[in-house]
Amino acid sequence: MFHYMKGAIALTAVLLTTTAAFAQDKRVVKYNADYDPAPLAAMQEVIADFEAANPDIKIELNNFDHEGYKTAIRNFLTADAPDLANWYAGNRMAPFVTSGQFMDVSDVWEANGLKDSLGSALASMTIDGKQWGIPYTYYQWGIYFNKDAYASAGVDVPGPEGISWDQFISNCEKFAAAGIDCVTTGTKALWPGAGIFDYLDLRTNGYEFHMDLTAGKVAWTDDRVRATFAEWAKVQPYITKNHAALDWQDAAALLVQGKAANYVMGNFAVAVFKEGGMTDENLGFMRFPEITAGIARAEEAPTDTVHIPAGAKNVEDAKTFLAYLATAEAQTKINEAMGQLPINKDATVGDDPFLKAGFEMLSTADGGIAQFFDRDAPAEMAKAGMEGFQEFMVKPENLDKILDRLEKARARAY
Amino acid sequence: MFPRPIEQAAPTSQWLYKAAVPVALLLWLLPLLGVAVTSIRPASDLAQGNYFGLPSSVAFSNYREVFANSPMASYMLNSFKVTVPTVIGAVALSCMTGFALAIYKFKSNLLVFFMFVAGNFVPFQILMVPVRDLTLSLGMYNTWYGLALFHIAFQTGFCTLFMRNFIKALPFELIEAARVEGVSEIQIFWHVVLPLMRPAIAALSVLIFTFIWNDFFWATVLSNSPESQPITAGLSSLNGQWIAQWHLVSAGSILAALPPVLMFFLMQRHFIAGLTLGAVK
Amino acid sequence: MPVSAWRANQRRLAPWLFLAPGLMMFAVYVVIPIFQSMWISFYDWDGLGEKTWIGTENYVELMDDDAFYTSLKNNVIWLVLYMLSVPAGLMIAIFLNQSIRGMRLYKSMFFFPFVISQVVVGLIFSWFYAPDFGLLYKLIDVLTGSGVAILADDRYVTYGIIAAGLWPQIAYVMILYLTGLNNVSPDQIEAARLDGAKGWKMLWHVVLPQLRPATFIAVVVTVIGALRSFDLVSVMTDGGPYGSSRVLSFYMYEQALSEYGYRMGYGAAIAVVLFAIMMIFISGFIWKMWRDETER
Repeated sequence: MFHYMKGAIALTAVLLTTTAAFAQDKRVVKYNADYDPAPLAAMQEVIADFEAANPDIKIELNNFDHEGYKTAIRNFLTADAPDLANWYAGNRMAPFVTSGQFMDVSDVWEANGLKDSLGSALASMTIDGKQWGIPYTYYQWGIYFNKDAYASAGVDVPGPEGISWDQFISNCEKFAAAGIDCVTTGTKALWPGAGIFDYLDLRTNGYEFHMDLTAGKVAWTDDRVRATFAEWAKVQPYITKNHAALDWQDAAALLVQGKAANYVMGNFAVAVFKEGGMTDENLGFMRFPEITAGIARAEEAPTDTVHIPAGAKNVEDAKTFLAYLATAEAQTKINEAMGQLPINKDATVGDDPFLKAGFEMLSTADGGIAQFFDRDAPAEMAKAGMEGFQEFMVKPENLDKILDRLEKARARAY
Repeated sequence: MFPRPIEQAAPTSQWLYKAAVPVALLLWLLPLLGVAVTSIRPASDLAQGNYFGLPSSVAFSNYREVFANSPMASYMLNSFKVTVPTVIGAVALSCMTGFALAIYKFKSNLLVFFMFVAGNFVPFQILMVPVRDLTLSLGMYNTWYGLALFHIAFQTGFCTLFMRNFIKALPFELIEAARVEGVSEIQIFWHVVLPLMRPAIAALSVLIFTFIWNDFFWATVLSNSPESQPITAGLSSLNGQWIAQWHLVSAGSILAALPPVLMFFLMQRHFIAGLTLGAVK
Repeated sequence: MPVSAWRANQRRLAPWLFLAPGLMMFAVYVVIPIFQSMWISFYDWDGLGEKTWIGTENYVELMDDDAFYTSLKNNVIWLVLYMLSVPAGLMIAIFLNQSIRGMRLYKSMFFFPFVISQVVVGLIFSWFYAPDFGLLYKLIDVLTGSGVAILADDRYVTYGIIAAGLWPQIAYVMILYLTGLNNVSPDQIEAARLDGAKGWKMLWHVVLPQLRPATFIAVVVTVIGALRSFDLVSVMTDGGPYGSSRVLSFYMYEQALSEYGYRMGYGAAIAVVLFAIMMIFISGFIWKMWRDETER
């Protein structure tokens, strides 16, 4: 992992110096982004291709720390707008759209036939009948596991179809006996806990209910929500104890070291697992187990997007770049390098086994595709909810207090 | 002298005391020493779980890596760009305000003085939203001068308190003598008072330098990208990227701490004189 | 203005001339924003769109907001425990108030933590507390058999952060008292010694009264420091776990500018409450200083 980070940071530095050196005689497009090291390298390749095809345009990528970016974007959109900015689809972009901070890019969609080629993401990019950005990637969530940990605890390794919920819980008991954390997570930044909640709720109550809940139509004190938490309580004792002090990368290290067996995570974590020394041999992936029998299987697959801020100075060239980013060619390339799934239907899915498993899983999900808790729910609800999830994982006995608080947040947020 | 000088105590006590002081110091600075050692620890030590033993080798390369692979140099430069003008600006303004409040008797004198003093104590948060908006509307968001302007204004409160009390302690006869000779007020300020203020200016400069260098809150509120972020904010965001890479975090921390520490050691007398003004009568 | 008019009136005009630049800057960046914040606290505003007047609704919501009470409670804990830096600083100052060889250097080394940015202090202590390999975690592990992740446990997290804050604060108070002790009148001490006073009695009845100015400043800077605590909370925990280490200054920032925040009006209302609390102390200080000024 150290080498991996080093390399990525070195790449950033190289990129920063090269942009500085050649920026003079070209039209500059300022691009603010929040890539982790692996995707950053991928985007740099795409930018290099784009610049080769458009020699008079220079993309100046300004990469932020991923968590810091989410705060920074509010500031730079109003204060010092770049020409392009990363963000997320769904409800998460609504505040920027309604307050006029993102530019309508429907013309890019029209001119390039994107409603067809990016059709699967059209709904999540549309507000008021207009499109507000270009989706370039999405990725599945699921359970990543360490096969060696399974072996050392004497637990059968699950296949890609996953295992039953009861089986999962009884596995946890075996892991506990072997001194291995059955489920690991790092909730210092809060969001990783929401992935666990989303899946438990999708599996317990189904897609429609989950969407109603994140849309504020259902009370948090509803019995069906309690049912979700009741399932959660079954695995809670087996979750890494200090998760509230860990970043998600710290928890990933636990999985790599075999101190933890399972990790509910997004596919972007594969790069981190592999840099930590895991291979396709001992890293496993499975669907989140079914809980309520017969419920239509829904999955979690957040879409990442690029937008043009309303205050952009070089709109024309920014649109040229967006159109390029929407092409099958660019999406194939970047997603292959990122280890994620392209939105463009003509793009090829990479050869990676985890990608293939994810693609297979998502394309057969008949229940629906959720974005993610903090993208489906409005910001205020998301924050309160994720704090509640973290607290529940530490102190499940506080459930009533937590749900009352979330219900209060719901009353305010919608 | 209190407590009784140790020289008057029994030889064993003396010996014990002389041993206790360095031991206490070592314990007191233990966290800092830990970080200093970690900053020269090779990454491989950390990977092997050698967090607290002696480093297997001295890796100054950590520092090279920090400079080569992060915008650390730019952060440091930004910090200087914010700090130095603030020191000059705040000291210049407060020489004048301090002079006005110390020398002249006018009706609202104390009122103005205590407004500066009270303003110096208010919580930053009550200023945050309006100051951020003001900076945005002036087009100075994310610039070193936007930050410096605010700092100059805010520090004027503390500096005025300092300068006013200092000038007040100067012999007033000097000014009266100058007035009798018909020297104008501006010349009194420039030729009579200002030369006497040198120690105060030195003390205040060191203090303000440290305060502003170490400011984190306003750095977070008024800047957000590596081109303009000072080192405190920069270090905090690097900390988000260098997960579990404590050798880099430590090296970055040491670098961020270095300028104020050097300043303190070079100007120690002024620094302490400034900090403890008012602690004795 | 004709030169003669300036001549005639310069004693009256000069102070305002000297005050003008500083006063103007201070008004624009400090005084006026205080009132603007109060005004904004009556609005619902996301910082991007239009403001909506909602009267006292933000304050009503605040009265029923658990996070607000958590922050308030933590502020009280901060205030009380931060005060420990005053006696602790005094003890170290007394300990160090000797003149053995190299004492000057020792004193400045003890002062070190105050010179360092709170961001760095926060990082240092995060590393000290880190689960699995942190020095303190290991120590507790050895002593009790199971380590405690201080920053992930809502029972200890605030105390853990305050301990980090005390480190530089004690150093600051120490230097105030060292200077104060330097100026304690030797005659009085000797006189008291002849009367048989020593140890605690001497400290309490003879030395402390003479240290009163130092104590006053130490209390002022400690109270202000405790209520301003933002950097450490932000760097060490970001208010977590589940908001249990929030203090008002951090909660305000979180509501107004953080990732899921941007409720400028609500944030401003929190700031007004914090301001009101601080004003109680500030008025106390000012009142005392005013009295000293007018007595002179």
